[in-house]
Amino acid sequence: MPKLTVDGVEVEVPAGSTLLQACEAAGAEVPRFCYHDRLSIAGNCRMCLVEVEKAPKPVASCAFPAGDGQVVHTKSELARKAQKGTMEFLLINHPLDCPICDQGGECDLQDQAMGYGFHSSRYDENKRAVTDKHMGPLVKTIMTRCIHCTRCVRFSTEIAGVTDMGMLNRGENAEITTYLEKAIDSELSANVIDLCPVGALTSKPYAFVARPWELKKTESIDVMDAVGSNIRVDTRGSEVLRVLPRLHEDINEEWISDKTRYACDGLKHQRLDKPFVRKDGTLQPASWAEAFTAIAAKLKDTAGTKIAAIAGDTADVEAMYALKSLMARLGSPNLDCRQDGAKIGDGPRASWVFNTTIAGIEDADALLLVGTNPRWEASLVNARIRKRWLRDGFPIGVIGEKRDLTYDYDHLGAGPETLAQVADGSHAFAEILKGASKPMIVVGMGALTRADGAAVLATCRAIAETYGMIQDAATGEDGETVPGWNGFNVQHTAAARVGGLDMGFLPGKGGRDVAGIVEGAGSGAIEVVWLLGADEIDIGALGKAFVIYQGHHGDRAAHRADVILPGAAYTEKDGLYVNTEGRVQMAMAASFPPGDARIDWTILRAFSAEVGQTLPFDSLEALRRALMAEHPSFAAIDTIEPAAWGAFGTAGTMDGAGFASPIENFYMTDPISRASKTMAACTEELVLPKRAAMTGTDG
Amino acid sequence: MSVKPIAEDQPANFTWTAESEAEVAKFIARYPEGRQASAVIPLLDIAQRQHENWIPMAAIDAIAERLDMARIRVMEVATFYTMFNLAPVGEWFLQACTTTPCWLRGSNQVMKCLKDKLGLDNHGRTVDGRFSLLEVECLGVCANAPVLQVNDDVYEDLDYDQTARLIEALQKGEAPAVGSMTGRQGSMSQDGPTSLVSLKDSDGVPPWFAERQAAGGGDD
Repeated sequence: MPKLTVDGVEVEVPAGSTLLQACEAAGAEVPRFCYHDRLSIAGNCRMCLVEVEKAPKPVASCAFPAGDGQVVHTKSELARKAQKGTMEFLLINHPLDCPICDQGGECDLQDQAMGYGFHSSRYDENKRAVTDKHMGPLVKTIMTRCIHCTRCVRFSTEIAGVTDMGMLNRGENAEITTYLEKAIDSELSANVIDLCPVGALTSKPYAFVARPWELKKTESIDVMDAVGSNIRVDTRGSEVLRVLPRLHEDINEEWISDKTRYACDGLKHQRLDKPFVRKDGTLQPASWAEAFTAIAAKLKDTAGTKIAAIAGDTADVEAMYALKSLMARLGSPNLDCRQDGAKIGDGPRASWVFNTTIAGIEDADALLLVGTNPRWEASLVNARIRKRWLRDGFPIGVIGEKRDLTYDYDHLGAGPETLAQVADGSHAFAEILKGASKPMIVVGMGALTRADGAAVLATCRAIAETYGMIQDAATGEDGETVPGWNGFNVQHTAAARVGGLDMGFLPGKGGRDVAGIVEGAGSGAIEVVWLLGADEIDIGALGKAFVIYQGHHGDRAAHRADVILPGAAYTEKDGLYVNTEGRVQMAMAASFPPGDARIDWTILRAFSAEVGQTLPFDSLEALRRALMAEHPSFAAIDTIEPAAWGAFGTAGTMDGAGFASPIENFYMTDPISRASKTMAACTEELVLPKRAAMTGTDG
Repeated sequence: MSVKPIAEDQPANFTWTAESEAEVAKFIARYPEGRQASAVIPLLDIAQRQHENWIPMAAIDAIAERLDMARIRVMEVATFYTMFNLAPVGEWFLQACTTTPCWLRGSNQVMKCLKDKLGLDNHGRTVDGRFSLLEVECLGVCANAPVLQVNDDVYEDLDYDQTARLIEALQKGEAPAVGSMTGRQGSMSQDGPTSLVSLKDSDGVPPWFAERQAAGGGDD
């Protein structure tokens, strides 16, 4: 633990710290461009120069180890002169185009030039100009502005795990580019925009749209996948202009996936902004009263057992709770939140959450992925696995599709056969799991949504129990508590799923599950189906059933609906979401639902009065109180309680077919991203060519 | 310096010749397992020597694959060093140093001669494809400035006329003796030795110098 003095303040920092970290610990502000906490050290911008006594010249503090007894000055004449000199050099070739630069107002260079720049330039020669590079549909480049900090290169290489970016040529001619100017083929590519300290890499869809000071910033939660990334939603008026990441060390660190960031333009298209009722075979605009009357008239003659409800993938907990309460009052046991038919939900909570937690991946020493492509299903979980793998490499086995996951793994096999071999110990990877002290297994929806999902789940539970993945907390020799370890994880793909499972949005006694509801609707056993944003079921198979679609996008299900109740998208309502870890998080409304659309739980509450089954809550607070009283787990916001272990899954024979990830196109998985032009552009540039190439080689 | 040109017409494939393959294996073997990427510079050089003194993109791919590196990492190295050509160069690849010592000693004259006799500017190539020119930074022969590197050899002590003489010889396909074009030995002062003269014999010439002159006076 070196002890040193920074600007007269004595600090003690952990061994291995850099001088910059020591300066920060002492409260001194050191300007920097290339240094970033989560990236490797480059030391090439030279902005963080400080004076160290007895050193012959200023040292770059980001790349200099803190040592015992150093006396550092960050604001001495020498240090200031060095910093100002560096700034002057950086500005020599930097264009003076701040007024037309999208980074303006949130630019590190602009900000630091205020603190360390000269009032005017002494440079009279021509500035250099660099041709802009194509980096795909998300990242706009104005390379003349680049100061060569190489943060983008380090991010894409280290964290995103794609080696597309690099710095070519040298000296004055150095240029950041992608290999042969290809699009950056990563789900995390747009994070380089946040990392770029200048306006060289900016957001293409957001180009020339707004200035940061015009925007209202709302801290919220993402619903594009089940990770529950923390986001900041920037709005102007009622329009969501962009989504940015927000720091959460245990979930997304400071990154978000490209879908999270850019699907928001889908909120402007295909919206349901007024109720519709099907009359004479066509959907016609109607008032709320007409829509409610039409549903009430239908429900009056329908027995409760002939009514069904399915919750979609981005539903908030409140709406699901309101719908569940309504269904209970209508006497319907047919409800399900598992659109994809995943065979989970029976048994203890530990059977459907990511027990290890995302941050916990860093403690694991062996990993088995079953039927999941985390790169597409949960990009930030994948980034965390890569982070763990980069640290010292740990054994990873994959059972399922063979995909580029950005880290090395052993492809053990395609399907249940291999899984069974691992379970009974006859596979070589079993030895690795046996030898590991904190092994973990991640089971994806590709393995659980199959007909034999329950048997796969049982096999995975057997693996977890056989190889010591479930360890209770214990008291160590010295009396200290050794925390337990639960290496059994379910990787969800839907933001609503864990919330729905936690509240038991599942078939009641004698009730039908999703497959049963669809089959019943087709055969006439189910007469009314209430879809809460559920678009991923087989809509065409609903037969003659009366379909109520409550949601925000005119996607697949809305076309089939008999009544459409326009709801709010995730940026337009306060709501709770439970991520794949079982972490309850609160999203905040950033704007308002368009037109006549309303917040979902209020629609259900208003409708309940229409049929004389008034739900007992008149405010969001009252609803949450009722919810939390019934299901206390929702009261613990942003905390993780280790879930108790127990028996689950049903032993049985497993089908021989290989596991396939449910996500065919990362960029389009839900009504919002399907309505997004940006996601369509990404699909066109990054997904379709690969698909064409694959089918080309196949046949 | 300027941005390194990359050829637009690229061969589709690149395969190592047997000789190159032997060299490649030799260099890779010099580095410990898992550190093969260290051999990237030698491999680029081997590829360039095999392929008419320039490296096609297919070779970059081949090297990246051989060393288990990202292609962009190989590109970074190939574009960083002026010694690597990514576009075709002439049969005689001229690299003229214009850094301060050479410039002070008249590298402008060398450049002017190349322009007059061959019509070459920086990055230029003659129509017949025999000569191409690259302006480079210090070649490390400052004592004999100005200098011009022709393929692997350095010609020193140039001025306008000497450069013209050199070009004429090259046009005929005869490379003159490498080294000083004025015939001085090594980087010795033009008027004979000025140091270690205390060792001289009665003639005022150091014995080692006399011996070498007697042996033919060649520079090494």
